[in-house]
Amino acid sequence: MSTEPIRKLVVLAAIWIILALAPYWMAPLGGYTALATRVLVLGLAAMSLNFLLGFTGVLSFGHAAWFGLGAYGAGLTLKYLALSTPLAIVAGMLLGGVCGGLLGMLLVRRRGVYFAMVTIAFGQVFYYIAFQWSSLTGGDDGLRGFARQPIDFGLFKFDILSDADNFYYFVLFCFALMVGAMGFILRSPFGRTMIAIRENERRSRFLGIPVERHIWIAFTLSCFFMASAGALYALVNNFADPRGLHYSQSGDFVMMAVMGGMRSFWGPLLGAAVFVVLQDYLSSITVNWMSFVGLLFVLVVLFFPRGLLGFLQRGKA
Amino acid sequence: MVAIKSTWPKVAALRIANNVGNGLRSLNKGIEECRPEMHHLVWEDSMAISRGSWPVSRRTLLQSGTAIAAVQFSSPFIIKARGETPVRIGLVDPLTGVYAAIAQSEVVGAKYAVEEINKAGGILGRPIELLVEDSANDVGTGVQKTRKLIERDQVSFIIGDVNSGIAIAMAQVTSEKKVLHIVSGGHTDPITGSSCSWNVFRVCNSTTMDAAAIASTLIEKFGKKWYFLTPDYAYGHSVQAGFDKILKAAGGTSGGSLVPLGTPDYSSYLIQAKAFNPQVLINVMGGGDQVASLKQFVQFGLDKQMAVGGALFELESIRSVPDAARIGWWTMEWWWDQPGVPHVAEFNAAMKKITGGAATARNWFGYVSVQTLALIANQEKTLDAPKLAHALSGFKLPPEVALQPNAPSYRAGDHELMSTVFVGEAHPPQGDPDNMFTVKNPIAGEKAAGSVEDTGCKIQWPA
Amino acid sequence: MTLLLLFNITNGLIVGAFYVLMALGLSLILNLSNVINFAHGGFLVIGGYIAYTITPYVGFWGALLLAPPLTAIIGLIVERILIRPLYGRDPLYSLLLTFGLAFMIEDGTRFIWGPQGKPVSIPPFLSQPLSNELFFITGYRLFMVVVAMIVVGLLFVLLRYTRLGVRIRAGTLDLETVAALGINVQMLRSLNFAVGIFLAGLSGVLAAGQLGLEPTMGTGLLMPSFIAIIVGGIGSLPGTLVGGLLIGVASGVTAVFFPAASEAVIYVMMAVILLTRPRGLFGEEGMMS
Repeated sequence: MSTEPIRKLVVLAAIWIILALAPYWMAPLGGYTALATRVLVLGLAAMSLNFLLGFTGVLSFGHAAWFGLGAYGAGLTLKYLALSTPLAIVAGMLLGGVCGGLLGMLLVRRRGVYFAMVTIAFGQVFYYIAFQWSSLTGGDDGLRGFARQPIDFGLFKFDILSDADNFYYFVLFCFALMVGAMGFILRSPFGRTMIAIRENERRSRFLGIPVERHIWIAFTLSCFFMASAGALYALVNNFADPRGLHYSQSGDFVMMAVMGGMRSFWGPLLGAAVFVVLQDYLSSITVNWMSFVGLLFVLVVLFFPRGLLGFLQRGKA
Repeated sequence: MVAIKSTWPKVAALRIANNVGNGLRSLNKGIEECRPEMHHLVWEDSMAISRGSWPVSRRTLLQSGTAIAAVQFSSPFIIKARGETPVRIGLVDPLTGVYAAIAQSEVVGAKYAVEEINKAGGILGRPIELLVEDSANDVGTGVQKTRKLIERDQVSFIIGDVNSGIAIAMAQVTSEKKVLHIVSGGHTDPITGSSCSWNVFRVCNSTTMDAAAIASTLIEKFGKKWYFLTPDYAYGHSVQAGFDKILKAAGGTSGGSLVPLGTPDYSSYLIQAKAFNPQVLINVMGGGDQVASLKQFVQFGLDKQMAVGGALFELESIRSVPDAARIGWWTMEWWWDQPGVPHVAEFNAAMKKITGGAATARNWFGYVSVQTLALIANQEKTLDAPKLAHALSGFKLPPEVALQPNAPSYRAGDHELMSTVFVGEAHPPQGDPDNMFTVKNPIAGEKAAGSVEDTGCKIQWPA
Repeated sequence: MTLLLLFNITNGLIVGAFYVLMALGLSLILNLSNVINFAHGGFLVIGGYIAYTITPYVGFWGALLLAPPLTAIIGLIVERILIRPLYGRDPLYSLLLTFGLAFMIEDGTRFIWGPQGKPVSIPPFLSQPLSNELFFITGYRLFMVVVAMIVVGLLFVLLRYTRLGVRIRAGTLDLETVAALGINVQMLRSLNFAVGIFLAGLSGVLAAGQLGLEPTMGTGLLMPSFIAIIVGGIGSLPGTLVGGLLIGVASGVTAVFFPAASEAVIYVMMAVILLTRPRGLFGEEGMMS
């Protein structure tokens, strides 16, 4: 039992080392740095969703709305407010998080299928707003005309616009911040309460836990994290578009979380890596990549519902 | 299925078939033997799955899956071991999604061009390799694929996208990386207007060109009271603006509806149109929306009351509507039936052999994009983007590539190809099943395009 | 103006009838099996393509009669192989699976029939409008309303008076007891799913005459069906009926005054319902908590 914490530390260190050295080991394997950046951003999004889905047991299928809002927040900031990348990220986070918090108040009384349907529908409301309000958002053509700005540290400028590697490390840094916050929350008493609610809601209620309030807080926090991923995504593309808000994007995130393993912290990152790399690779080889991705969804649900990490750890259960 | 990179090695195909066959056999056996079990599959208890309550065990699946995956991953490395280094051209287009039909047409044309050029010696003596990537009608993916093609695959040129929004986002990347970029099929004005760039050239027309080419014909033939059915996004707005300018200048009046994309039912808009009682209904919708709106227009009997017309009604879309809806006056950016013009019949025959149907404007776009790159590179004897871009400004297409009576060239001021706009009338097939359009009034590109100042393009060349 | 409004309301009801067909199928499957069928739009597309393929042999009417049952058979197979293992599990999984299935159907139809849209024509005598004044009530749209009314009527008869119908309704309320009473719940769910897909296939055949028949046809029709169900009340079929009609009317009327919002208005409607009466117009309290 005493080797358990040491093993956890080793695994953690290994994960960070792999992430830190990604630009170097990706190229020989036929990858490219921009792919790794994309994996990080989408992985963060999947982990944010999992914060709610895997650890609180609440199925939100419209979570891409906050992702998209974060992207638009960042883009609009860079385009109209100030040429500052950190401000853009914070603005995106606030936009998505606050909207999510407000909406969450309406939703927390529902569960299960109903909750899922309502989140889908609300997600689509935001999609339509982004789509129709073309004077602000650029509509179907998306929000253009902004780019991530080099970060001015006073002494030197960290160029994240033209240097792919630099940008990757910047994203990795933001990723570390968010993931660190997530881990901290999950380890705290609040996080334990979330897991208790997931395991048995009725019993938690009997214990006097204000279930709705906890779910609302968890929902809002996950919206904030999701929005930060969205803001980073806008920086990756120098572009924000309504498709980032669509329920099919939500579906992708849920898939990443499930595929990697919903019950584990790092599972969704693994799921995102597999999904992004697979989709990138498959769509280069065949026009019918959609069939394969759809088939993957079906197979994972039928055969690997606990995800890759769940599958790998099944012996220890 | 459009094969993209290369054909599968035979061994791989046999192994896949073998594994799939095994899987299917056990599946079949399982279905026969399987009995309805209790519906209590608690989701925790996924071990039950591999214990046989489902026909195919997880183990078999993993084994087949790994075998298939192993073959998948081995193939790219097999390609690289051959011959001299080819010149790579990257093509990014939405091969899946609502524009799949026209995007795939472009790919067919591009591949044919690659074949022809390689037979004639390639670019600077090296064979061309066309790398096709699917942007899936999503900007993030399009940008990602463009970066992948440039950074990992080291392409010398980029072609794409049909979706103007994606094309512009791609142009940001190609400008940054200083790669020559030909927009084969995205129509909105900014590509060769306010967002123009030294390395971006466009084959298809701008929306202004299309609208300007047909506007006076519509006014002369039908009248000056128009009603617009406009899709509510940049393409729609700019086509309508192009029409409006000319209509107002001629003293005409107009009404219109801005229709959200993807609307399935146009009755409310058509009710308003009928109430307005125009002489022409200008249908600016695109793709599936144009198909639906025209079908419904005809079903309502409105074609007996007013004429219909607009800018684009592509052959792929005409094929999708029933005969009754094959009506109206439109612009084609290229048309396969040009009697008396050399080389067109050969191109048409070649396309017919591949696709089974006549050559479409989209085939031609893909063809011209690749041919342009090969011609200019071979002429300048270099692959350097700024040099080639300078040479392309004002470059005239030879007849076997232009495939039209005049000799179109890429205008120096905005890099737009000044190709003929074929104004004409759609009708049910006459003779050839694809003969659904008759050219009545071809307009020279320069005449339709207006001046460079009007486009708002100011090209900044790199130092 | 009032004439225009009247026209649009009538028109909205016609459009709504179509939405009702689709939403009812989705609702049936949702109520009994707790499955959110994201592939419903895909089955609609399959119905349309099957009709297109068999029309040269059996004509328009034959296709109308045969395509929906054929689609239902495909639905049965899908239910048996893919969806049955998921009952009893978290609804997340059926959602994900049908989501993936929708991908496969879209790509599959594109692979089999090509990305090019297919021309679908309707019998000439149906193409006439009723009159010059009521030009938007074409024979075909009236036909669609009639078919929808007949089918909905048959559905309600099925649910009210046949044994299968009674069992489905009972199962919607309490599936465990129904199983305990010795009824074959597996077959019940399969048949229920098949009926839902039958409705999707029928919607597809009808839609092909009005819209373009292409692989991405179904995606835009899925969301309005969801909204119809939420507005009408999850768990209530009459509610879905009313919800579908309401959507059609709201969309049509908004298109007159504020066309850009004609799609968005149904979402606004849904938001209003959720804020003021979360269970929907006809939903029962606690149906889906």
